[in-house]
Amino acid sequence: MKRFLPGQHAARSALFLALLLAAPYALPNEYYLSICILACLNAVVAVGLNLLMGYAGQISLGHAAFYGIGAYATAICTTRLGLPIPVGMAAGVSLAAVVAWIVAAPTLKLKGHYLAMATLGFGIIVSIVFNEAVDLTGGPSGYVGIPRLALSGYAFDTDHAYYNLMAVVLALVVLGSLNLMKSRTGRALRALHVSEKAAASLGVDIAAHKRFVFVLSAALAGLAGVLYAHYLSFIAPASFGFAYSVQVVVMVVLGGMASVWGSVAGAFFLTALPEALREFEDIDILVYGAILVGAIMFVPDGLAGGLGRLARKLRRAGAAHGN
Amino acid sequence: MLSGAPQYLVSGLTQGAAYGLIGLGFTMIFNTTGIINFAQGEFVMLGGMLAVAFLGLGLPLPLAVAAACLATAVVGALMERLAIRPLAGAPAINAVIITIGISILLRGGAMLVFGKDTLALPAFSGVAPILAMGAAIQPQSIWVLAVTLALLAALKLFFSATIQGKAMLACSCQKKAASLVGISVARMALLSFSLSGLIGAVAGAILAPITMTAYDVGTMLGLKGFAACILGGLGNPFGAAAGGLVLGVLESFGAGYVASGYKDAFAFVVLLLLLFVKPSGLFGKAGVERV
Amino acid sequence: MRIKAILFALCALVVAAGQASAADPVRLGAVLSVTGPASFLGEPEKNTIQMEVDKINAAGGVLGRPLEVVILDDETDVNKAVLATDRLIKKERVAAILGPTTSGNSLAVMGKAAAARAPLISCSAAEKITKPVNPYIFKVAPSDRLAVARILAHAKKQGYKKLAILTVSDGFGQAGREVLKELIPAEGFELTADEVFGPKDTDMTAQLTKLQGTSPDAVICWGTNPGPAVVAKNRVQLGMTTPLYMSHGVASKKFIELAGDAAEGLLLPAGKITAAAKLPDADPEKAQLVAYAKAYEEGFKAPVSTFGGHGYDSLHLAVRAIADAGSDKPEAIRAALEKIAGFPGIGGVFTFSPADHAGLGPDAFIMLGIDKGDWVIVGD
Repeated sequence: MKRFLPGQHAARSALFLALLLAAPYALPNEYYLSICILACLNAVVAVGLNLLMGYAGQISLGHAAFYGIGAYATAICTTRLGLPIPVGMAAGVSLAAVVAWIVAAPTLKLKGHYLAMATLGFGIIVSIVFNEAVDLTGGPSGYVGIPRLALSGYAFDTDHAYYNLMAVVLALVVLGSLNLMKSRTGRALRALHVSEKAAASLGVDIAAHKRFVFVLSAALAGLAGVLYAHYLSFIAPASFGFAYSVQVVVMVVLGGMASVWGSVAGAFFLTALPEALREFEDIDILVYGAILVGAIMFVPDGLAGGLGRLARKLRRAGAAHGN
Repeated sequence: MLSGAPQYLVSGLTQGAAYGLIGLGFTMIFNTTGIINFAQGEFVMLGGMLAVAFLGLGLPLPLAVAAACLATAVVGALMERLAIRPLAGAPAINAVIITIGISILLRGGAMLVFGKDTLALPAFSGVAPILAMGAAIQPQSIWVLAVTLALLAALKLFFSATIQGKAMLACSCQKKAASLVGISVARMALLSFSLSGLIGAVAGAILAPITMTAYDVGTMLGLKGFAACILGGLGNPFGAAAGGLVLGVLESFGAGYVASGYKDAFAFVVLLLLLFVKPSGLFGKAGVERV
Repeated sequence: MRIKAILFALCALVVAAGQASAADPVRLGAVLSVTGPASFLGEPEKNTIQMEVDKINAAGGVLGRPLEVVILDDETDVNKAVLATDRLIKKERVAAILGPTTSGNSLAVMGKAAAARAPLISCSAAEKITKPVNPYIFKVAPSDRLAVARILAHAKKQGYKKLAILTVSDGFGQAGREVLKELIPAEGFELTADEVFGPKDTDMTAQLTKLQGTSPDAVICWGTNPGPAVVAKNRVQLGMTTPLYMSHGVASKKFIELAGDAAEGLLLPAGKITAAAKLPDADPEKAQLVAYAKAYEEGFKAPVSTFGGHGYDSLHLAVRAIADAGSDKPEAIRAALEKIAGFPGIGGVFTFSPADHAGLGPDAFIMLGIDKGDWVIVGD
């Protein structure tokens, strides 16, 4: 199903990776690395969600649940069960995928607002379980003592090392998604988005495709979750609630639906925004809301769409100038 | 084991009536504009907070509550005019995000103006509980149920007997046809947002004496109201009210008989099960799918 | 994007160059939950710290240098708390960190602070923060264990045998619940019921009805506003007369305001500052507490509470350590903190040691009752 297309996507992803790896040297001090790491984590979740929302046209208001499932699974495996970190990480991603697979069957039969409600309800139920199952998850006080990521002897102790890892992971995720969307599966998903009946009449297995993209986006969220847990060494249910689900949806929409690069841009923008707004102290929440409303109103097809239009305008102006 | 049942029922109905009103607000906007207004919960919050504010300015309680509801209706109208109307042709998801952005703005504004403290509104007619049928009923609960029923009756009258109401129903059935017969869809949208603001504020003001209010109560109340609306069948206003009552009672019994920590989850679990079995909700019509 | 980054770096260089020439202040950092669910803790802490910094600077500063405290708001969010701590250590390069406000955030940032060898004086109470002892981590809020012990001592005197608990499902409530479940049977009581409610819940009649069904001699409610106020009101609405203890989480006038008449007759353990004016004159701490209460109330037009006291204690302990050590190097501050003994703070008298980074004893709490809308000190 996935064909590796050497060429455009690979080149762009490699350039993106190079830019990411170079960025720390341009930043004034180490502190900004933490923000970049969080931005990369959010970008992985956003790209996954975009596959579901932008390309396949479904919606999920509960994606924080998969983020949390990945994080808690690896936390429990690597501390209480004493398993090595790679096993914990695999467990986290797999568990998120399995839960998504189970939930997908009944949920994806729903459409529109009912689907939104179902995913929302699912997300809230999972976040309540995180909060209440004290013996398993440590409850509202959170889960301490998760080991910092170390693979085959190399410990990602410093923020810089972790950031490099995240940059590589993000670039791979972006490349994979771009290739997926260009492949047969991707085309089937987009057909399904436009019209399910038409796609079905062309022989596309609707249910299987929807489930596939749902599970994939959940697995990506789970991947981000495991990387998050091993970065912070501490996780709390508050990070995996409705507020985070909404944030990721906003990142996807702001970045531009059906645009992988857009989701990355949206994630980076929305992660950095609160930091930039720190200067505003008390009114920062107002400014945040205003930027959100303004962005959607004036750039409705997201950052990707807006930049695309700007690029076309510049090209046209350049061509006119040339003549 | 059954000893708590009447008490659970009473508190469930009280809370549920409020959920029903919130769900009603969602439904009204959805019917007229097709948008799910995630800022609905903030309308509820504003109703309670503004009532406290007006009370603090010296207005007598009934006037403070009325002023709060009217002010929130104005906020709803402003929201429609400034943020929703310009969006006319955009995909539905954009409208959802805008309403989320507005709910953030309203919440932030309330935090700045009213502070972060929890505020109490005095009960409308005292606090001495009425002991009946094995439960202690607060007078405010009776207010909640009475006001909810009155509002529902008024709305039914509005939709069936007034030209504006019928025009709104026409919009919800088929927008193009409605505008073809001369109904100003834009004006109906404005009206629906104002009415939703009013209803939300009423829910907030009558509930505040029981539950107290703060700048951030809107989020969860909005979610539960949305759930009530889906439970009753999206698009059916009285289904929303019924859905709210069912949700409130289920929550209350869940907390009493199952596990109090999982109370919120309980309501959503039931909602999910219902959606899997009967996606159009308790009273909804089976959806017409677009090809 | 690249150009912006280069410009950014240039600006930072210019700013950094400018900084070095100014008078060299002693720089501390604070991570506080000024907004978010714990703002009722963080805001008084921030106010108090700012007030005290001004006072210290007016009296000549620390080591003859001006004192500067960079206060960052973590919005009661664990991610933001970690980012803020990072920023204080790496960007602001502070000598020590005050806070965080909540136990959850403190647990989250402890590791970072210790790894960076920055002394951290937390304003929260969780035992896990100082047990096992981490050389760099201290706390000023008294452990929940002490509050529970105070309640149980009172209950024993009243002859109660059966107790029921009602706790909030958040960090504070859950920590209290663990200690209650441990100490109630240990002290010879019977735990008849253990109910939970959410921090945003608005109706606890179901839980109270369930508790009442087990016929306890008294109920202990553990949480922070507004939940316990709703519990107090629900109890009156249900016509319950079972005695109700609250936790020190509601030891503020705000609780009495929210619960109104329903607060009459309730009992709770609290720090002495809560009823400073009512303390017997012979109490050696009274003068300091009354002075702080007066200054706070005049300065911020809000009632004083133990919460602001945590800010006071963490700041003054750090300043005292710097003065004792004669230096503002983090290692020196850490070593000096451990040697502090008999320091009169708002939360009590602090005595640290290498094995005890919590510093307070059972006298940190007194028993208060509510009568006619005001506090009364209940004899032990």
